[in-house]
Amino acid sequence: MNETTRRRILSTACIIGFFVVWEILCLIFNVSDIVLPRPSQILITLWTRFPAIWPHAVQTLYTTLVGFALGIIIGVLLGILIGSSRLAYDVAYPLLVGFSSIPKVAVVPIFVLWFGAGTVPAVLTAMIMCIFPIVVNVATGLAATEPELQDVMRTLRATKWEILWNIGLPRTMPYFFASLKVAATLAFVGAVISETVASNRGIGNLMMIASSSFDVPLVFAGLFILAALGVALYAGFSLIEGRVTGWAVRSETFTGGG
Amino acid sequence: MSDSAELPVGNVIDLEKVRVTFGGAKNQVTALAETSLRIAHGEFVALVGPSGCGKSTILKLVAGTLKATEGHVFVAGREVGAENARIGMAFQNPTLLPWLNVRDNVMMPLKIVQPFKKEFSRKRRTEYRDRVEQSLARVGLAGFGDKFPWQLSGGMQQRASLCRALIHDPTLLLLDEPFGALDQFTREELWEIMQQLWIEKRPTVLLVTHDLKEAAYLATRICVMQARPGRIVDDSVVPFARPRTIDISFAPEFVSLTQRLRERIMAARAVQRPVLIESEPGSGPLF
Repeated sequence: MNETTRRRILSTACIIGFFVVWEILCLIFNVSDIVLPRPSQILITLWTRFPAIWPHAVQTLYTTLVGFALGIIIGVLLGILIGSSRLAYDVAYPLLVGFSSIPKVAVVPIFVLWFGAGTVPAVLTAMIMCIFPIVVNVATGLAATEPELQDVMRTLRATKWEILWNIGLPRTMPYFFASLKVAATLAFVGAVISETVASNRGIGNLMMIASSSFDVPLVFAGLFILAALGVALYAGFSLIEGRVTGWAVRSETFTGGG
Repeated sequence: MSDSAELPVGNVIDLEKVRVTFGGAKNQVTALAETSLRIAHGEFVALVGPSGCGKSTILKLVAGTLKATEGHVFVAGREVGAENARIGMAFQNPTLLPWLNVRDNVMMPLKIVQPFKKEFSRKRRTEYRDRVEQSLARVGLAGFGDKFPWQLSGGMQQRASLCRALIHDPTLLLLDEPFGALDQFTREELWEIMQQLWIEKRPTVLLVTHDLKEAAYLATRICVMQARPGRIVDDSVVPFARPRTIDISFAPEFVSLTQRLRERIMAARAVQRPVLIESEPGSGPLF
């Protein structure tokens, strides 16, 4: 069998092995359900309680994606602004750093005061959590654009917008996509935090209720779902990234000779 | 040979008492001391000299990417930046955009420069595409339009870069050591291509190079420059007839021309060679 297949089989085996070891250790040490449920129990809970869990999972996914989309749109616009104007950089960057240093858990009650509990604070929290890495990466990508590439355009007397559109933005795509993978998970965290604090729907909320009634397998079932959703988001964006920025993982150095 | 009867009047490039300095009051560096230079239509001018002599500075001034500290730069009779001449430029680094294939890279100027720009969306798949294909074929890159820059060797990338510099029929072609990173054989091949393209279209060319053979082969006029401060110290016409072949580089007149240029440059450098520090007898090297 070839190398790739071998590696895939090995990694799958490791993952399955992890759960098997977990299961066996719980059995051997007679760990109580309330402390750490076994993977088999979690799976059973997932299976039997699925109809109840599913709407919450959908809610969390929905708020995450909406918050993420908003974060992308605003993040890219801000990133372009900051990356292309020195003035905007000096003004906006300190503000941005200041805002992102605030623990988001503290911001959720404020959102609830303004917008009421439920979906809106979750979306907003997801958005403000994921916006910072996107802005920073887009701005960095723009700043890192090689001046030689821009020189070609300048001798053609291209306008600043033409340079941005033809050179700056494509150049920034690898940086942008790198930030997306981080931002997706952060958006997730933001949505779940908000649900935990102030919502009656969503996985975060589900886990809060389950934990207060000591239904620990349900809590872990919620964790599993979150992990699965997170992996799915990450994989999705990796796929898009591969398509759009395949050129960037090639060697870009222009070699002499030949 | 193209009909050169209708070359426009006036100079393409006019540098009038131009001076370029960098740095603040304390450690100011004069990249270019007060310089005047006039280049007429259809000339092929080579700027040669050691590094730091200001040859790239002059190129940047004409390209409009650098502003003169003093003096005026005119291109086609108007201040640089406001001119309506079309300029093509190629650098030592091919600077092809890695996310576009070769064809789209060469087509890029047609997207930016009038009058091609306003017809771009309409003509890009037909007329402009043919134009690009023809251009690529002329430099020996036929069929490589779909490839990406990283799939091409350095020489091939540089050929594509030259295509891009010429695709929009510029009146002025600026070349900044475009063959510097290539091996001798590729270089000679590209010289021949460059000469062909010039004979065909007769753009005005300003070539910056450190290779005297290249300058003597390609140019109609050679300006020798000297560093610290940068300035032009010699301006002579190259007398050989066109079209020139590589064999001419072994002809006695050619060799004596390059020798003369070389001596001129070496004489200038001798004046500036750093003084050796005498070490005390018995002590080691003084590094």
